[in-house]
Amino acid sequence: MASAVSSLTRSNGPVARPLATRDATWLRYTLTALGLGFLALFLLLPLVAVFTEALRRGLGAYFAALNDPDGLHALKLTLLTAGLAVPANLVFGVAAAWCIAKFTFPGKSLLITLIDLPFAVSPVISGLIYVLLFGAQGWYGHYLDADQPWLPGLQAWLIEQDFKIIFAVPGIVLATTFVTFPFIARELIPLMQTQGNDEEYAAITLGANGWQTFWKVTLPNIKWGLFYGVILCNARAMGEFGAVSVVSGHIRGETNTLPLHVEILYNEYQFVGAFAAASILALLALVTLVLKSLVEWAHARRHA
Amino acid sequence: MNFSPLSRLAAATLAALALAGSAAAKSVELLNVSYDPTRELYVEFNTAFAAHWKAKTGDDVIVKQSHGGSGKQARSVIDGLRADVVTLALAGDIDAIAKNSEALPADWQTRLPHNSAPYTSTIVFLVRKGNPKGIKDWDDIVKPGVSIITPNPKTSGGARWNYLAAWEFAKRKFGSDDAAKAFVAKLFKNVPVLDSGARGATTTFVQRGIGDVFLSWENEAFLAVKEFGSDQFEIVVPSLSILAEPPVAVVDKVAKRKGTTEVAKAYLEYLYSDEGQDIAGKNFYRPIDPKFAAKYAAQFTKVELFTIDQAFGGWAKAQKEHFDDGGTFDQIYLKN
Repeated sequence: MASAVSSLTRSNGPVARPLATRDATWLRYTLTALGLGFLALFLLLPLVAVFTEALRRGLGAYFAALNDPDGLHALKLTLLTAGLAVPANLVFGVAAAWCIAKFTFPGKSLLITLIDLPFAVSPVISGLIYVLLFGAQGWYGHYLDADQPWLPGLQAWLIEQDFKIIFAVPGIVLATTFVTFPFIARELIPLMQTQGNDEEYAAITLGANGWQTFWKVTLPNIKWGLFYGVILCNARAMGEFGAVSVVSGHIRGETNTLPLHVEILYNEYQFVGAFAAASILALLALVTLVLKSLVEWAHARRHA
Repeated sequence: MNFSPLSRLAAATLAALALAGSAAAKSVELLNVSYDPTRELYVEFNTAFAAHWKAKTGDDVIVKQSHGGSGKQARSVIDGLRADVVTLALAGDIDAIAKNSEALPADWQTRLPHNSAPYTSTIVFLVRKGNPKGIKDWDDIVKPGVSIITPNPKTSGGARWNYLAAWEFAKRKFGSDDAAKAFVAKLFKNVPVLDSGARGATTTFVQRGIGDVFLSWENEAFLAVKEFGSDQFEIVVPSLSILAEPPVAVVDKVAKRKGTTEVAKAYLEYLYSDEGQDIAGKNFYRPIDPKFAAKYAAQFTKVELFTIDQAFGGWAKAQKEHFDDGGTFDQIYLKN
């Protein structure tokens, strides 16, 4: 096709090129080189560096570093956290977006602001919120220590189970869920607002009930946006450092997620281990990006 | 049908949470919440203690570790991190736990020998090879153009020790607290970054190559030289430094709740045993047992050490005067 175009232009003699491509050749090449150079420097180079550092002492050392029990535990915890936080946000995000985009109610803009809150506050603050709520000096701690608690049976059970919220898995999941909450809702709200309510009205007029309308009309319409939101949410859930660092307590082999584990190994001069763990995170991110591209590609094909 | 993925998810969530909650119940498990530079020490010590406990009682004991800036770690324990034992950088941080959470009695420090400090350390200078800035003593580091790395005294125990060491040096040299304050203020003017813990500061100096001199725990300085080779760094010992006593304590409330009081006590007592003292010495801490102090004497430079009790009237007083909100550190650092 390219050759066809060029032969066409040639046969028609010199044609004024559009304004955008009329810049001097050197300028175009310089700008392109600058753009690509920037990408290479800031995106590609760090990625390459992670893998070179990880493989510096050979594949054997790389796999030995990956086979460390604390590291494997960190990987499992990271996957568990993402596996709990993402579905939770999927449900909450769809519900919130559905409410906001399809209905009018008082306090709607307040709700939108609240959904944006996790983006607006620093992750450290997000973590501290949970320490304040569920720490030994917070509500939960006071409840466990209370002499006359409401629901005494619950208190006894929680103590017997030694049920921990912060500095344990539930706190990590909570903090991650909080930080990643806006991803899905924010992805869906503009999409659903653009789509409007016409198809839902039609479905209801034809006798569909609420659930049927949702599953058969709304959900198929937002499918691609939802995939995209889930992927972004998952990427952040696996990579979150700040909020998790505050609530984790940094217990090795127990409450360290992969990003925290990378920091620990680095601080212990175990560079191969640190970069090996980082490479696993990078690989998870790459898988996410490939999935994202696939979703975009499939979406574009459907709408082509 | 529509609900089934949801309910399966809920079941999985509950199962995961239950699993996370009950996994600890099977074998004896201790959580040792410690400060930054003790990572290598306790890796070695925990293995030795597990073998010792197995031989003595037949039980398996797994010691989990958490490391960070000493003040930050104390804060976590106050907020509910379930530490059976704390092994922190200074008595003030364990005092804070006792005061704020009532998890251990106020007189915890009398429960084990030697102020509950099984090993001691001090503050030395780590400089780049060849000592290009010619640093020999405290007054060399406050000269203009010398960039100093130290962690934040608010969060790090080591930083509080080196703050007080600098203070006492200046006080003895210039004769007054005001002069000492001016000296320390000058010192902190030369600090480009304040990391929250000793290990972060070490990384800043050693890995990122920032700074001319690093005010470091002695053991941390030795470790950096060991890891990166004496062809890159040198240790400079000042004329006067502080005797740092990093104390250890059982957190009674947590240990009682978890039923680990006995093993937690044995764990700390084992630090005082021959094997514990030997491991401390091997990891560049100064053993308190004279036998092992003699064995490892050669690796440490002789330095005049003063104690915090002599110079500052104990941790409670020093903490209040210098590091609490509005203390001298806030005064000099906010002014900068």
